[in-house]
Amino acid sequence: MLADNLRGIFYIALKDLRAYYFKPPNISWGILFPFAFVLAFAIRNPGDTGDLVPGLLGLTLLFGTTSMEAIVIVFERRIGSLERLMLAPVSLAALLGGKMLGGMFFGLTVTGVVLVVALAFFGAAGVNWLLLILALLLSAAAFSALGAFVSVSVREVFEAQTLANFIRFPMMFLGGVFVPVDSMPPVLQVIARFLPLTYTVEALRAALSGGSLGAAVIDLAALTGFSLVLFALAVRVLARRSS
Amino acid sequence: MNDIIQANGLTKIYPAGKNHSPLRAVDGVDFTVRQGEVFGFLGPNGAGKTTTIRMLTGLTRPTIGSARILDFDLLSDLTRIKKHIGVVPEASNLYDELTAFDNLVFSMQLYGVPRREWKVRAEELLFRFRLSEKRDTPFAKLSRGMKRALTIAAALSHHPPLVFLDEPTTGLDVMSARSLRQMIAALREQDVTVFLTTHYLEEAERLCDRVAIIVKGRVVALDTVDRLKSNAQQKTVIEVTLANPEGQQEKKRIECDNGVEAEIQHALADANGQRVLAVNTLRPSLEDVFIQLTGLNTEVMLVEKGGKGGGGNAGG
Repeated sequence: MLADNLRGIFYIALKDLRAYYFKPPNISWGILFPFAFVLAFAIRNPGDTGDLVPGLLGLTLLFGTTSMEAIVIVFERRIGSLERLMLAPVSLAALLGGKMLGGMFFGLTVTGVVLVVALAFFGAAGVNWLLLILALLLSAAAFSALGAFVSVSVREVFEAQTLANFIRFPMMFLGGVFVPVDSMPPVLQVIARFLPLTYTVEALRAALSGGSLGAAVIDLAALTGFSLVLFALAVRVLARRSS
Repeated sequence: MNDIIQANGLTKIYPAGKNHSPLRAVDGVDFTVRQGEVFGFLGPNGAGKTTTIRMLTGLTRPTIGSARILDFDLLSDLTRIKKHIGVVPEASNLYDELTAFDNLVFSMQLYGVPRREWKVRAEELLFRFRLSEKRDTPFAKLSRGMKRALTIAAALSHHPPLVFLDEPTTGLDVMSARSLRQMIAALREQDVTVFLTTHYLEEAERLCDRVAIIVKGRVVALDTVDRLKSNAQQKTVIEVTLANPEGQQEKKRIECDNGVEAEIQHALADANGQRVLAVNTLRPSLEDVFIQLTGLNTEVMLVEKGGKGGGGNAGG
């Protein structure tokens, strides 16, 4: 049973990557969109460019992970091919795990490209690589779970796109990407604490500035919590809709 | 011969909605399917055929009732059942972006077929279903008949002993449907048990060893096709073909309770000098059986889902 599920997770992810992810529109959306936003802000505030890197990485990961993830499941349900996966000897959790793994891999790939460019520009001295890797992995998991939750919660592809943007765009401005959370009005600070991107940006900022693992333990724990809760909710919603 | 499927009181009730009361899509269905047979579920659209398959394959949970499939309990051993069955849903639902070959390989990956068998098995299935030339063609670009054939091939990729086919030839042209029926018939020779649903009477008559007729969620008859016909036949029906001197033919049907010879003699005496070309004993068709058992006009079998009329592929 466990072997069946692990196998299912792997091959579902592989199939999704081949069928959906590594297509030019996804790559351009995943990389160019966050880059364009950050560039616009950098032009406005040239002195703060280096401070924008954690936010840029976080945005790239968010959009790279969720751009297809949020619509893949609803799309496959619409055309009937999700049923093929549900007929296979894999659990619903494994099915969603495979979907998430595909999104995570793609998001981390495009983020990796941006990371290499950023480090080449600003240097890699003082980076806490362990913290950086953990922050990226847990953030990818949280965003991917968010995308999966969106995808199982709606019936149409346009609804998934709408809901995903409804969540991502406010997160983009409240998650500490452009403006530090501490400098926001108190009510917005409270809202920011309920957004996974906030913890991503904080953890990546700590990693890139050489901060210790302990300094970001709350961020990593929050990202883990988001991943597990959103994943559990997605499994529950899919099970209910499927029955 | 083992029973591959044992269904006991299977019932599916959909809860009430805004504009409708609770719906009993399947109502206390009992049947068994024997190893190696082609078992048909015959009924009009909306009779509960697809819902029954969805329950047996784990896509939806029975509200009441139980089933054993391949000696596994449907409710508690569903994953084990899934490993040993192939399912061909009503829609050909493989992946448009993957080629015919890749779709088959993906199916084998999901079901744990060893890697060393992927290429050989995929090539073998493509050959068997006459798709070798379409090996590297994306699924989206295949014809409807080819998509259907490939979907069946994918369901067989992991050597399942039991295959579920939901309306396998619906929407296909005559030639494609005929070809597909031949492929389905060939499965019996490989000792694969087939459970198929259809609303085509001729398809059930040609393919199935036993047929269950389901109407409004209930099985109204279950037997071999021959016995269903025999049970429906209350009189011997003789058809005499006569030809007049000008060569015009006329067929006369005579229903005989007893004394067949006397009836034929009477008919021939009324022949008015016509030649007797043929004397045939007619047996009821499955259509006659269906009408007799259900009281429904067979036009209802031709209504496709969505309320559109017209059949797809009579014959084959």
